[in-house]
Parts: sequence; C-alpha cells; structure tokens
Amino acid sequence: MASVVSINKLTKTYENGFQALKGVDLEIEEGEILALLGPNGAGKTTLISIICGLVNPSTGKVLVSGKDVVKDFRQTRSLIGLVPQELTTDMFETVWNTVTFSRGVYGKKPNPALVESVLKELSLWDKKDNMLRELSGGMKRRVMIAKALAHEPKILFLDEPTAGVDVNLRREMWQVVEKLRASGVTIILTTHYIEEAEEIADRVGVINGGKLLLIEKKAALMKKLGRKQLRLELSEPLKVLPGSLALYNLTLSDDGTALVHEYQGEEGQGTIASLLSTLAAENIHFRDLSTRQSSLEDIFVALVAEKAGEDA
Amino acid sequence: MNFEAIKSIYFFEMARLRRTLLQSVISPVITTSLYFIVFGTAIGSRIQTVEGVSYGSFITPGLIMLTLLTQCISNGSIGIYFPKFTGTIYEILSAPVAMTEIIIGYVGAAATKGLIIGVIILATASFFVDIRIAHPFMMVLFLVLTAVTFSMFGFIIGIWAKNFEQLNIIPMLVVPPLTFLGGSFYSINMLPPFWQTVSHFNPVLYLVSGFRWSFYEIADVNPMVSLGMIALFLVICLSILGWIFKTGYRLRN
Repeated sequence: MASVVSINKLTKTYENGFQALKGVDLEIEEGEILALLGPNGAGKTTLISIICGLVNPSTGKVLVSGKDVVKDFRQTRSLIGLVPQELTTDMFETVWNTVTFSRGVYGKKPNPALVESVLKELSLWDKKDNMLRELSGGMKRRVMIAKALAHEPKILFLDEPTAGVDVNLRREMWQVVEKLRASGVTIILTTHYIEEAEEIADRVGVINGGKLLLIEKKAALMKKLGRKQLRLELSEPLKVLPGSLALYNLTLSDDGTALVHEYQGEEGQGTIASLLSTLAAENIHFRDLSTRQSSLEDIFVALVAEKAGEDA
Repeated sequence: MNFEAIKSIYFFEMARLRRTLLQSVISPVITTSLYFIVFGTAIGSRIQTVEGVSYGSFITPGLIMLTLLTQCISNGSIGIYFPKFTGTIYEILSAPVAMTEIIIGYVGAAATKGLIIGVIILATASFFVDIRIAHPFMMVLFLVLTAVTFSMFGFIIGIWAKNFEQLNIIPMLVVPPLTFLGGSFYSINMLPPFWQTVSHFNPVLYLVSGFRWSFYEIADVNPMVSLGMIALFLVICLSILGWIFKTGYRLRN
C-alpha cells in the first residue's frame, strides 16, 4: 500500500534543551488506522505537531502525500485534520460558527450542508446555536472533532481522543472513525489506553523516550509478542512434577492443584498436544482447562520496561 | 493566497466586535465625550484659541489619535493573544494559511475596529465643537496608516506577551503618557525649548501633528515628516513581523 505520510530521521529538540524526538522513521499507509502508544511525554504529541505544522522540526523530513510539510505546507495541511489533546474552544462562540470558521481557515468555500451533516453525525445538531462554554466536556470533544472534519481531510490525527470521554461517546466516536476509514480517510490516533488501540487499530506503533520502539500490524504483534498461558486444574493435587514433564515449560501451583504452561503465540500449537498426551500417559487427570492470551497492554508494559532497562 | 482563510479570520474577529459592542465601541465614545466636556467645554472655554483654532477643536485630532492608538494596539494584541491563551491557535497554525494571511486577517480586523471607533469619535466631537477638515484625503491616509501600523504593533505585542500583564503594559502604561505628552492637548510651541527637543523623540507627536495638520493646517512638525515617520513605523513593524514568521517566535516552538 502507498504511504501517505512518510517520516524520515525526524528529531526535535525544544528550546529548553529537551529532546522530544530522537530520530523517528515511520511510514503511514493510506487508509489505515494507526495507533501510536506511549506513556506521557513519550513524544507522541510532538510527532503529530510536526506533521500538522504546529512545531518546526529540528532535523529530518516529513512528507505528506509526497509533499514536504514545511516547504509545501499549503498542500500538506489542507489534507490533514487535527483533533488536539487539549479541549481548547472559543468559549463565546457558537458551535455552528466555530465549525464554519474551521472550514474557512482551511481555505474551503462555505458549505452549510456539509457542516450540517458533520454536526448531525456527531450528534451536535441540536446544540448548533449553543455557546461552547455551555457544553459539557464530552460535547466539546465532539466539537473539536467536527472542526477537524469540516474541511473534509484525507488524514485525521486524533491526539488522545478519548481522554475524559464517557463510554457512550467513545462508542460513537469509534463508529465515526470506522465510517471515515470506510470512506478512505487515514486515521492516526495516539493513546495510552491500550484497549483502544486493540479495538480499532490496524497497526500499532510504540513510542517511548522520543524513539519509535516498534511498528507492527496489530495481529502480528499480538502473535509475536503475545504470551499464552494454558492452565490445567487437576482432579487430584500433585506433590512433584513427574520427570517426563520436565521438557515442558510448566509450573505447579503451590497447593499442587493447578499446572500452568507458558508458551509464545505460535510455538505452542505442537507442544500442547504432546503435553496433553504425556499427562494422559502419566495418569494425571484434569477437571478444567483455560487459556489466556496476554493483551496489548501486557505487551506494551513489557516492552517499555525492557527498553527502560536497556537504557539504564 | 488563501482568501477564504483571510475572510474567515477577518469576519470571525469582527464578530467579536459585535458581541462586545458595549465595551469596545460605547466605552471609548463615553471616555472621549468626557474629555470634550472637561477639556473642551469646561476648561477650554477659559483657554484662548491655540494657533487660531478654538481649544475644543484643537484637541479633537489628538483625542481621536489617542483612542485610535489604544484601540488598535489592544484589539490587535487581544486578537492573537486570546487564541494563544485559550489554545485555539492550534487550528490557525495547522491550517494551510501563510503568516501573511493570518496577519491580514487579524490586523485588518483590528484596524477596521479602530477606524470605526475613530470615525464615531469624530462624529461625536462634531456635536461639541466645530470641526473643519482641510485635507480630507490626507486625513484618511493618516488615519488608515496609523490604524494599520498600530494594529500590527498590537499583533506583535500579542505574540510576545506571555500573560495578561505583559499584554496590557504597553497600551495602558506606554501609550497614554506618550499621547498626553505628544501634543494631543497642546502645541509643543507652548513648551520651553528643551522640552520641545525632548518631544521630538516621542513618536506620537508626529502622528498627532500630521493628523491635526490635515484638519486645521497647523502642525508642530512638517506634515511630510509626519507621514515619513508613520511610514518608518510601518516598516519597523513589518520587519519585526517578518522576523517572527521566519523564526516561528513564540508560535511554533
């Protein structure tokens, strides 16, 4: 697939000396949903800010649809919609005016019908004449999204879109995101809620300490780094593990009533069958079994901890 | 040129004027009327004519300048400072607009507001005193150039200011003394020679003098020098803005 955003050796050092990005390379594919995960201060917002033109890069290059974001900012920025992390609104403006303004600033001719459909999509239509300061936090968040969509962007950046958003709104937002993706919009979201990335992203990138630690298709990532656990509840407690089971990565629970087998995503398939037949041969019976796959969160925590260890 | 963006910013800013009509239009009109009542009518009636013009008429151009400067600087600075303060500036900075277009939008709106208020004050003044405009074209030129220049100056302050105190320090603490001492209420010929020389370092003197000349053909300095000075201020503001664009000073960092 063609890459719509292409980031090359990007660095950013702020005036106060803080190095927010330490050489990031990233290709964002057209039409995908990419989730950038990372703890606070990892460099996610700086990365987005540079692509959108809010922050000047120190070194490196960013191309959007083949155009340089600094030199050809007109072409690149008109393709991009940004929903920033902070809820910033002109308190005294109405919803309608602020969204119409957004479209105008992006150089698009007024189109009330389009603004109407965006507002309806985000359940803001009945609030269109309300001043922004009268709205709840969740409503303001919707307004921010409406503003970002008012100029029909091809690439949408959502920086921590669900911070402080209730479950209903989150659902609705993901529906909007799905619809946008279906219409061919590329979506990049940053989050530190891992379940979000797990739920909707095609690919996941992990950023920490200004570096992109990995970027991988979500499914592949889960497969590669996801640990699996098979837990067998034994019918009768065991005192010690028979020697024939030593080959397997097994641990016996303290009271001897459960056996836990840990394996990596793919390697497990063959061994489980032979483990079970060995158990049968040893006359060890189990009354229940369960498997558990580590979530993206476990992967993420492990990854960040590991890298932190390396750096130390 | 992204004309839609200029238009959007301009009208968005002008809408703020409509919303704050009382504060931004009525209050300068009341303040100026008080000046006319106190200086023009109460005290002015005891002052003989200044260079052949009644005192009330004499101070009118200076009063308009005083209000124009204050209004343009504060409108120009608030226009850009407010989005910086609330954070909504992200949108303008991430939009496909060049800095020139941002400035045309904000400065254009601030200057328009200043001009509207200037004209209203002129109209108010005509209720109190006799107004004669000898050079209407030059009058408008002085008015427009001053409005644009000082709205730009305000814009620069708005970008520079990190808090409300810094935002207000120039319009509140620097402009009024300069205007009062720049010959708004007297001709500098009335001053001792030493203070006449000092007054020539006051930029406002040139604005007031040139503007007053366009009314009554009396001036403390040659009107062409006044025009030249306004042009110089304009060039200085443009250069500072040019530097701000190039470096992204306090905007993109």
